[in-house]
Amino acid sequence: MAEMMYREALNQALAEEMARDANVLLMGEEVGLYDGAFKVSNGLLTRFGSARVVDTPISELGFCGIGVGAAMVGLRPVVELMTWNFALLAIDQILNNAAKLRHMSGGQLRCPIVFRGPAGAGGRLSSQHSQEFDVVYSHFPGIKVVAPATPRDAKGLLKSAIRDDNPVVMFEGERLYAIKGEVPDGELLVPIGKAEVKREGRDVSIITWSRMYYFCEQAAAELEKEGIRAEILDLRSLRPMDEEAILNTVKKTNRAVVVEEGWPHGGFGAQVVDTIQSKAFDYLDAPVRRVTGLDVNMSYAANLENAIQPDAPRIIQAVKNVMYREEA
Amino acid sequence: MSTPIQMPALSPTMKEGKITKWLKKEGDKISSGEAVAEVETDKSNLEVEAYEDGYLLKIVVGENESAPVGAPIGYVGEKGEKVEAPAPSPKAAPAPAAQPVPPPKQAAPAAAAKPAAPPAVPTPRPQVGPAQVVPIRREEEAPSEEGRLRASPLAKRIAEERGLDLNAVQGSGPQGRIIKRDIEAALTRGATAPRLGPSFAVPAPMERREPQVVPLSSMRRVIAQRLAEVKPGVPHFYLTVDIEMDASMQIREEAKALDAKISVNDIVVKAAAIALRRMPKMNVSLQGEQLLQYANVDVGIAVAIEEGLITPIIRDADQKGLVAIAAEARDLAERARRRALKPQEYNGGSLTISNLGMFGVDSFVAVINPPQASIVAIGQVADKAVVRGSQVVVRKMMSATLSGDHRVIDGAVGAEYLRELKGLLEHPVRLLF
Repeated sequence: MAEMMYREALNQALAEEMARDANVLLMGEEVGLYDGAFKVSNGLLTRFGSARVVDTPISELGFCGIGVGAAMVGLRPVVELMTWNFALLAIDQILNNAAKLRHMSGGQLRCPIVFRGPAGAGGRLSSQHSQEFDVVYSHFPGIKVVAPATPRDAKGLLKSAIRDDNPVVMFEGERLYAIKGEVPDGELLVPIGKAEVKREGRDVSIITWSRMYYFCEQAAAELEKEGIRAEILDLRSLRPMDEEAILNTVKKTNRAVVVEEGWPHGGFGAQVVDTIQSKAFDYLDAPVRRVTGLDVNMSYAANLENAIQPDAPRIIQAVKNVMYREEA
Repeated sequence: MSTPIQMPALSPTMKEGKITKWLKKEGDKISSGEAVAEVETDKSNLEVEAYEDGYLLKIVVGENESAPVGAPIGYVGEKGEKVEAPAPSPKAAPAPAAQPVPPPKQAAPAAAAKPAAPPAVPTPRPQVGPAQVVPIRREEEAPSEEGRLRASPLAKRIAEERGLDLNAVQGSGPQGRIIKRDIEAALTRGATAPRLGPSFAVPAPMERREPQVVPLSSMRRVIAQRLAEVKPGVPHFYLTVDIEMDASMQIREEAKALDAKISVNDIVVKAAAIALRRMPKMNVSLQGEQLLQYANVDVGIAVAIEEGLITPIIRDADQKGLVAIAAEARDLAERARRRALKPQEYNGGSLTISNLGMFGVDSFVAVINPPQASIVAIGQVADKAVVRGSQVVVRKMMSATLSGDHRVIDGAVGAEYLRELKGLLEHPVRLLF
């Protein structure tokens, strides 16, 4: 068991999979000579050469399309997007091509491709570069979506994503890359579509994914001092979503708070709440509450940026509300 | 000069309304716009609002009494003034004030077709008159009465599992919502008596109780009246189910081992009785203007005799074992054929079992034996090819067709009764519960 940063865990996953399978390649802006905008691909060009670690022009639609084409003919490309905000330029390749090829070819074509990069607020990057896209991509059938919070899950899910015969979208985070965590030695595969109870509790379920997990842990530690034992379920995958795990934790605690970084209106958390209300209605002792980013464009000002994102105090307040400890 | 408060027309089909509550007493000061009484109509409960300022001089239609639309229900006037109009009895024919309102435009062609006759059913509309109508007060103002009980889904589920009456639990959540901790507290206190499901509540064995006379609700009265217009006499409706009798037939084999002779009909009578016990809404009879709600479960059995047909009654059939039912049925049928039955042996009950299976009839529709409210027509038990899972298999099938008196039994109630009957016959072990 080694402690490493999230970016190192991703690097390890890429190196292991490229060593295992000669069809795996990495492409994107500055993934080669510069070792990646966030150093995820550190050392890979030297090790695997420029045929498998491909620096692309600044043209997302183009290189995402090249990736889809490469996947159609048998390679297993990993396409790095410098941030998911830039993928808006390439969304036609991801959602209209990668996600639909298998269906529209009647199963004759496969598209084993991974699109990955950071999403969410990175720290004073303002409106256009601080967005969550989890709900956008998970809305579409035909692709899988993962959003790991910890280095271990990042490594295990990236390896599973590369081996998956379907397109997989992976959300990382600028503020996740430097987070350290234990990563087991040796082969590590985290199954796509499986959530994980990261903290056991019996009073309330906090359901989250990606970076918000850390605020949930902070909140749970505070709540424990007041005698409230919160269970934290890290979804890890958004599509397929682990309904069974969601229902199990809600049936155990009878209360749920769903925490997400993105906007409230039609956010992915609403999908989680729908699952709970439709399939665990008789187990609920309180209405489910959501903690989300505020319904505004992200500010550049640091104080406003912090105010817009969910944090531990807001999670604590929501938990107390579903515990009937205080009014919202 | 006193002014009458009239029974308002609160729905297009309303012919009369029942005062459920007077909100003012005689002598009370009332002002225009104030609610004076609550009225139950065939659709819902509404308030009657005063149209004039003054004093409520006289109430002429008391609580729980009905009056036709347009009839005065009370009088408003100066303090101490004497009411000039005679107080008509609530049962009086439509008062002169009840003016048939012309039917709405769409109905005009029909009305024009027979211009001589006034419309048989005047289509009253809310009148612009001395009284006007507002919807009855909202739930939050009367949470304890008509108000909705607020409880979390979990609390409701636990309460049901533990047989706890939520009405007896104080809610501690927002707006008095009952939540899990309230249920747990109530269960710990043991303050509330466990509630038996009403359908399983069993009276003291063999105790005969008078049927309860239930005044017809306005809605029920309108249903009865309208259905009788469409289908004069007893307006029947019919529901049929096919019942797999293999398990019930097994009972006969078991009985043989005990040297007892049980017929299919005996098992059907027993199941029909248990189902009636569990569905009190079926255990009724319409007699004149009254609904009799029976406390005991008496099941009639149709017996063909030379002169015709008679339906002796097995009293308290739900309380009796199959052997007792079989013996009694045999005795009653035998004496019926000799015409030796006493009247009390073939009067009463709410439901009859009519079985033509012994004649090889597969299914038929029976006519209700009034004043009973239903009859179940039983066909023969025969091997039939049926689909179970994805296999075609042979099962002993029997049809049961319920004829219900639609004036007092709704289709859904009948359907639920048949489902219960079918469940009991297909899984006769349920007769024990």
